Amino acid sequence: MDAQPLKITDASDSSLLVVFGDVVSPDLHCRVMAMFRAFLAQHDPRIRNLHPGYASLLIDFDPLRLTHDELAATARELASRDDSEHSTSSRFITIPVCYDSDFAPDLLDVAQHAGISVNEVVRLHSSSDYLVYFLGFSPGFAYLGGLPPILQMPRLATPRTSVPAGSVGIAGIQTGIYPVDSPGGWRLIGRTPLRMFDPEATPPTRLQPGDTMRFFPIDRATFDDLRRSPARQPS
Amino acid sequence: MTIRVVEPGFFTTVQDLGRYGYAHLGISAGGAADPFSFRIANLLVGNEENAPALEMTLRGATLEFAESAVVAIAGADCDCECDSVSVPANTAFQIRAGSVLRSGSTRNGARSYLAIQHGFDVPVIMGSASTAIAGRFGGFRGRRLQKDDVLQIGKHGSSGIRSLRPGTLDSLQTSHPLRVTKGAQQDWFAPEAFAKLFSCAYVVTEQSDRSGLRLTGNAVHPRNQSNLLTDGIPLGAIQVPQDGQPIILFVDQQTTGGYPKIANVIAADMHRVGQLRPRDQVQFTEVSIADAVQALLDQQQWLNDILVRNNF
Repeated sequence: MDAQPLKITDASDSSLLVVFGDVVSPDLHCRVMAMFRAFLAQHDPRIRNLHPGYASLLIDFDPLRLTHDELAATARELASRDDSEHSTSSRFITIPVCYDSDFAPDLLDVAQHAGISVNEVVRLHSSSDYLVYFLGFSPGFAYLGGLPPILQMPRLATPRTSVPAGSVGIAGIQTGIYPVDSPGGWRLIGRTPLRMFDPEATPPTRLQPGDTMRFFPIDRATFDDLRRSPARQPS
Repeated sequence: MTIRVVEPGFFTTVQDLGRYGYAHLGISAGGAADPFSFRIANLLVGNEENAPALEMTLRGATLEFAESAVVAIAGADCDCECDSVSVPANTAFQIRAGSVLRSGSTRNGARSYLAIQHGFDVPVIMGSASTAIAGRFGGFRGRRLQKDDVLQIGKHGSSGIRSLRPGTLDSLQTSHPLRVTKGAQQDWFAPEAFAKLFSCAYVVTEQSDRSGLRLTGNAVHPRNQSNLLTDGIPLGAIQVPQDGQPIILFVDQQTTGGYPKIANVIAADMHRVGQLRPRDQVQFTEVSIADAVQALLDQQQWLNDILVRNNF
């Protein structure tokens, strides 16, 4: 791996930002995940929160019990390890999506923007493997990389004030699923019947940083069926 | 043992000191916007400082108590009355069965905290009783209180009631500039941008809530408008969107974002952010990371001294 030098910045008096690079790439993501998982595995009570990003890891900690210098040294040490134990995820998740027009107000626009048919958008969207770079924006919202370039389209100029939970959207190079009802500006092309965020579940989110996932198309009857009987939802 | 919400006030939620360890799932720490006042309120009724209590914003709640209870109010003054008799802030007091406790508008800040002996009985989700508005979970049914909600008193331990001598916490009401350290993308900004940030008073706009405070004043721009790869956001980060008007990311913040962060409010001053109201003015001043950590240590020591002096 061509290891770029780490850039470590004091982001605040209680946090450190470790930057691995400035592009979206599976290799950099791999290094972010290795450090993220190594810190998780340490269960250090002085570290309060870990925020992975596309090519960075923000570490929030208690500055009365740990110094920036100590933490930076630990980060450098973890980065220098050839850490195959923490670098790969074994999880592969499949998510059913109904691309029915009721759930896909922007599907036609995406097809026209790409200059292909709606069916071809669905086929392309559901035949790629996506990498969960990180979760952010709202609880359980996964930033997925790997969208076929032809499907890339800028977000809406004016975000919708309400997007229903389960909506699948496209924004720039990204695709994603809204886990909870929220405002949002992504182009909506379908909906999953699965609950992506369940605060009572362990873990509470269906997708985790570092997972690989794929969408598969379902018809409306299957969507309704899965919606009605959550017990049949795959875990 | 129930408490009925007669009027919920402007925005009243159950909070504790926050939910840590889930930021990588997009779940922010949340918790009391002014953790300092929150802790005081709990300590006054003898609770552990993290017991679930009410955070009341701008206009307080009116509550009817079916049985007697012991409560304390700390934070912004809100002209609290029990059966139309004024009750003091920063002191635990007894409420008789059938009484109505009414809190008014906050006078010198944005938020008041109402703690009850033994805490409020709400489920602990992901290690916290805090209400997560964006995720619609935690606290009381994952939302702000509404008229006719019925709250139950919890079973948290209590070590007896206390009071603070009047004026003890006056020094928290300061109009000094908010202290900040340079932010994660400090090298995106020229010295002139920092000069702009530190030279004017910003006004807190109405579009401010627990997720962030939108300010208006000197526009601040990075050297060039290149795109930042989305990265993690620390509590108190001051991010600058395209229009150059700073936003302070607050307790219910997004865990990641794509705007450059020029500065960050220090931990020791975050409780003051929780007391800012729309139309309030704020100024920023820069301190070093070392000074920021020392300020947090001093603040902790100051609180400990107060607790000892007041026989907590």
